[in-house]
Amino acid sequence: MRLRAGDIALNVLAVLVAVLTLFPLLWMFAVSLMSPGEAAQFPPPIWPETPTLEHYRTLFEAQGVGRYLANSAILATLATLLALAVTVPAGYAFAKLRFTGRDRLLQMLMAALVVPGQIGTLPLFLMLQRMGLVNTFAGALVPWLASIFGLYLVREYARSIPDEMLEAARIDGASEWQIFRHIVLPGLQPILVTLALFVFLGSWNDFLWPLIILTDQNNYTLPVALAALSRESVQDTELMMAGAVVTVLPPLVLFLALQRYYVRGLLAGGVKG
Amino acid sequence: MSRVERAAWSFVAPALIAIGLFFALPVLGALLLSFTDFDIYALADSRNMRIVGAENYARLMENPLFWGAMSNTMWFVLIGTPLTIIVSLAAALLLNSRVVKWKPIWRVALFAPYVTTLVATAVVWRYLLHTRYGLINAGLGEVGAPPIDWLGDPAWALPAILLFVIWKTFGYNMLIFLAVLQMAPEELYDAARVDGAGPWQRFRHVTLPAIGPAVILVSIVSMAGFFQLFAEPYVMTQGGPSQRTVTILYFMYEEGFKWWNLGSASAVAFVLFLCIFAVAMLQLLAARRLGSER
Repeated sequence: MRLRAGDIALNVLAVLVAVLTLFPLLWMFAVSLMSPGEAAQFPPPIWPETPTLEHYRTLFEAQGVGRYLANSAILATLATLLALAVTVPAGYAFAKLRFTGRDRLLQMLMAALVVPGQIGTLPLFLMLQRMGLVNTFAGALVPWLASIFGLYLVREYARSIPDEMLEAARIDGASEWQIFRHIVLPGLQPILVTLALFVFLGSWNDFLWPLIILTDQNNYTLPVALAALSRESVQDTELMMAGAVVTVLPPLVLFLALQRYYVRGLLAGGVKG
Repeated sequence: MSRVERAAWSFVAPALIAIGLFFALPVLGALLLSFTDFDIYALADSRNMRIVGAENYARLMENPLFWGAMSNTMWFVLIGTPLTIIVSLAAALLLNSRVVKWKPIWRVALFAPYVTTLVATAVVWRYLLHTRYGLINAGLGEVGAPPIDWLGDPAWALPAILLFVIWKTFGYNMLIFLAVLQMAPEELYDAARVDGAGPWQRFRHVTLPAIGPAVILVSIVSMAGFFQLFAEPYVMTQGGPSQRTVTILYFMYEEGFKWWNLGSASAVAFVLFLCIFAVAMLQLLAARRLGSER
């Protein structure tokens, strides 16, 4: 009987920990539906008395959140497409094609993985300023082109493509581009989803770089706009929570739908790297 | 050049050019910039820039604000890393337990904060930590504890942000620990049990050796993360109260993009890099020593 009690205790503990962890997110959602001022009571209520969507309406009608939502979505989508276009062929080539200096180059790239990109923030800003790209989407997208991690992720996965398959296609007279397009890409599909998810969420959740490079309010992404809003309307708890829900929901839904792919990439980057 | 080689270069060229232009060049540029007095006048006309040698570094060493930022950041790194490892390891052990049911659900629940937008959840936590209406103080009140001015009291602001950061990130470490724990051979546990080893001894002699490398990895990643805190103080405290939550990156941001002292801010960036690098090297050395002992 002692063992059974221990089992139950562990299960209860798991439930408790999960509820405690999710609590801030549930609370955010509940408060976003409260009437103005309802959250600023003591003791703070946990559930709205009469749920209302008025804060969402205010956000979209008066605060221009629709615009920030569109900016975030456009930037994250473009970042994903660009990152895939640049890193996938390179990752494949580093895994499967022989060329002089390949191993040396790869070593350098792996060593560079420990250098946080933040270090180059200031010179990159100056560079983009000279190129006239400050306060443009192009400027905001630039760091996503230079993803060493993405290249590494694709390379690790591409190594499992059998050489015989590529050789056979070569003997049949296929060009390297055709091989990439018709044999390699379909085989890489799972890791493409993983990489796309990583870049999309990374761009969506990014803060420091868009804060620096997108100077005009019309170009703000959701996190930048939310941070600005939170510095202004500190008192308006319900409105801020609605803003947080709008910001958090897309990445959360995307993750829930594609978690298998997400965890794969995370472990590839973590356990091996 | 062979046909394959030509193709290979055309495949890697865009990535290499992008990495060179938008990663390597700016990082090198930061080093060079840190030896200049690049400021708002140089921003308008780069002829106003002079090379000043190590002057930026010398001035940083004398700047109490910089040392404040350094010590705040080190506080996060030294207290936060062990704490986050303990929390995530405990969560992983719990979810790895054979008797716990519906594991996938709990795993997703504990990992969910990691994928959420940092700025948004920081805003949420700012309200949770509110002195008067915050639920955390309400909960403390239930058990009879006095309310704490989490984000306004210099003594509590760092722990409050740390609590948030651990909540936000422990799921990531937990998943890595879980993956490694699942690889630990079940027979070893059975053998230990047969030999009469208790839960603690099984943890000490079977689990810990199995997850050793993962602990090193997680601690490097966590430390690098703690060194780079920025949005948390930016949203939750704006560096206050009395500069107690100014981190190195926050200091760099203000120096560079508020006061436009880009030369001096680059020096800060480089000090930050050296810190992260040194810590990672130390841990890898420790890992190697650990490995050779076994």
